Amino acid sequence: MATREAALGPRPEIRLRAESRRWSEDVVKGVLALCALVSVATTLGIVIALLEPSIEFFSEISAVDFFSGTTWAPLFVPSSFGVLPLLAGTLNVTAVACLVAMPLGLAAAIFLSEYAKPRVRQVLKPSLEVLAGIPTVVFGFFALTFFTPLLQDVGIDVNVFNALSAGIVMGVMLIPTVASISEDAMASVPRELRDGAYALGGSRLQVSTRIVVPAAISGIVASFVLAISRAIGETMIVLIAAGGIAQLTADSREPMQTMTAFIAATGIGDVPTGSIEYKTIFAVGLTLFVITLVMNVFAIRLVRKYREIYE
Amino acid sequence: MSAVPAILGRRSTGERVRGGAFYALLVFSISVGFLLLGTLLVDVFRKGVPFLDWVLLNNPPSASPEKAGARPAILGTIYMMGLLLLMAVPVGVGTALYLEEYADRERWYNRVLEINIQNLAAVPSIVYGILGLAFLVRGLGLGRVLLAGAMILTLLVLPIVIVSSREAIRAVPDSIRQGAYALGATQWQVISRQVLPAAIPGIATGSILALARAIGETAPLLLVGALTYVAIDPTILGQFTALPIQIFQWIARPQDDFKLLAAAGIIVLLAILLVMNAGAIWLRNRYQRRW
Repeated sequence: MATREAALGPRPEIRLRAESRRWSEDVVKGVLALCALVSVATTLGIVIALLEPSIEFFSEISAVDFFSGTTWAPLFVPSSFGVLPLLAGTLNVTAVACLVAMPLGLAAAIFLSEYAKPRVRQVLKPSLEVLAGIPTVVFGFFALTFFTPLLQDVGIDVNVFNALSAGIVMGVMLIPTVASISEDAMASVPRELRDGAYALGGSRLQVSTRIVVPAAISGIVASFVLAISRAIGETMIVLIAAGGIAQLTADSREPMQTMTAFIAATGIGDVPTGSIEYKTIFAVGLTLFVITLVMNVFAIRLVRKYREIYE
Repeated sequence: MSAVPAILGRRSTGERVRGGAFYALLVFSISVGFLLLGTLLVDVFRKGVPFLDWVLLNNPPSASPEKAGARPAILGTIYMMGLLLLMAVPVGVGTALYLEEYADRERWYNRVLEINIQNLAAVPSIVYGILGLAFLVRGLGLGRVLLAGAMILTLLVLPIVIVSSREAIRAVPDSIRQGAYALGATQWQVISRQVLPAAIPGIATGSILALARAIGETAPLLLVGALTYVAIDPTILGQFTALPIQIFQWIARPQDDFKLLAAAGIIVLLAILLVMNAGAIWLRNRYQRRW
């Protein structure tokens, strides 16, 4: 060592840090963080946009009347602001859509996950997703001009505008939503569980329904909840095919107005800013937003749950 | 995943019947979607093809179905695609880079950010329309213009761009980053010269799919005022219409001929979407690398 020191002098100090702070690196990070802030601002914007006019609305119309009133006639004289007919319309269409989407979607998921050969699945799954990629205005057109006449032809006495046709078509549109998320959950069920059941002599039917479906249940429920949330928030199909009459009825063959259709129909017209009609858009929008938000948060937690268990 | 053959004997008849019936039920269920899709396409083509001509592509809307076209609407949709590309993709990729490359997952604000994006993805599109109506059209006083529509659609598809970009960035293996760091690259040099180029095919595929989703959207545009009679070619800061809106307008007309015209418009819209989706799939197959 001594000889080395003598030859080379003292060992130079090696510094691993950069000579100067790299400001451009910080600027880049800041810009990217700003991009990320856009989505936070969007959420804040939505909440503020909905809350402010809604508060004004509820200072003019009591919340009790709004949520328990059975007549929705904001543009009439005398006007009436009971949201129940809109809620009933939304519920009706959603129920019909779910009756179609949930069993068919779940069955499609079982088929894809447990029965289809990998090559078949590779083709079928993206093909099914095509359904989810068709614009909803197209489904609305189909419901109004093809499916409703079809229902009438087979002897179901539906109105030209009705909740049944809109709901069924929407249900088929939602099949990929249910199938895709459910299939993901089933695919993450460990292979050992299936093998164990098969080793005990279980048939494919038994393994699918008694092992895989229960093991993937949180993901399946999440797909159902998400489908409900989508159905509640869907606008164009109901706007086109379900009609524009807000009436409190349980008969799906009748025309109905949903919350989304009301918002769209009122928003199309040039309602003066600040008028009570203008504010109803936001009060109904807030109701819609809160309902779907609660369901989405619930669904996201469920998905996280099965991921935690199996992945 | 194939069933183990029963060594101890055949399954009972009842069990086999049940198994067969269940299988039939599954096949039926997955067929329903395809059946409806097929019927829809056949129906739309049967109605729309007679109206699918140069008049439709090049004429402005008109009160008579023979002369009515969708030129302003088609142009509006194309402009919208351009603006979306300029706004949604940079912001979406930027957010994805921040979340994947910079953000510390343990920090509460980064978790809030992730949950927030997940929630935004599931907010009904009409609610974005309300946001546009309140802030852009009335609040900012932008009016019912194309830019406002494009901004709202940007916010609407941002979560999709972010999620697909994040997946593409995450798929770039860490060894690439570490190799670059070992050669003395700074973090941004690593990202801009190694990670981003490697992730571009995935990002492009996801972005095209997000754009396709956006240009099929109708509801939010209704609220920012695309539903107007526009006979002239659109401008970015002028009144506008878009293809789905034009289709909706024609559907809403009582005359049957306009319904057929709507079907022709739908064919054009579906053709645009088909081209975009095919492009996305081609990109993915052509350029995506498996590490």
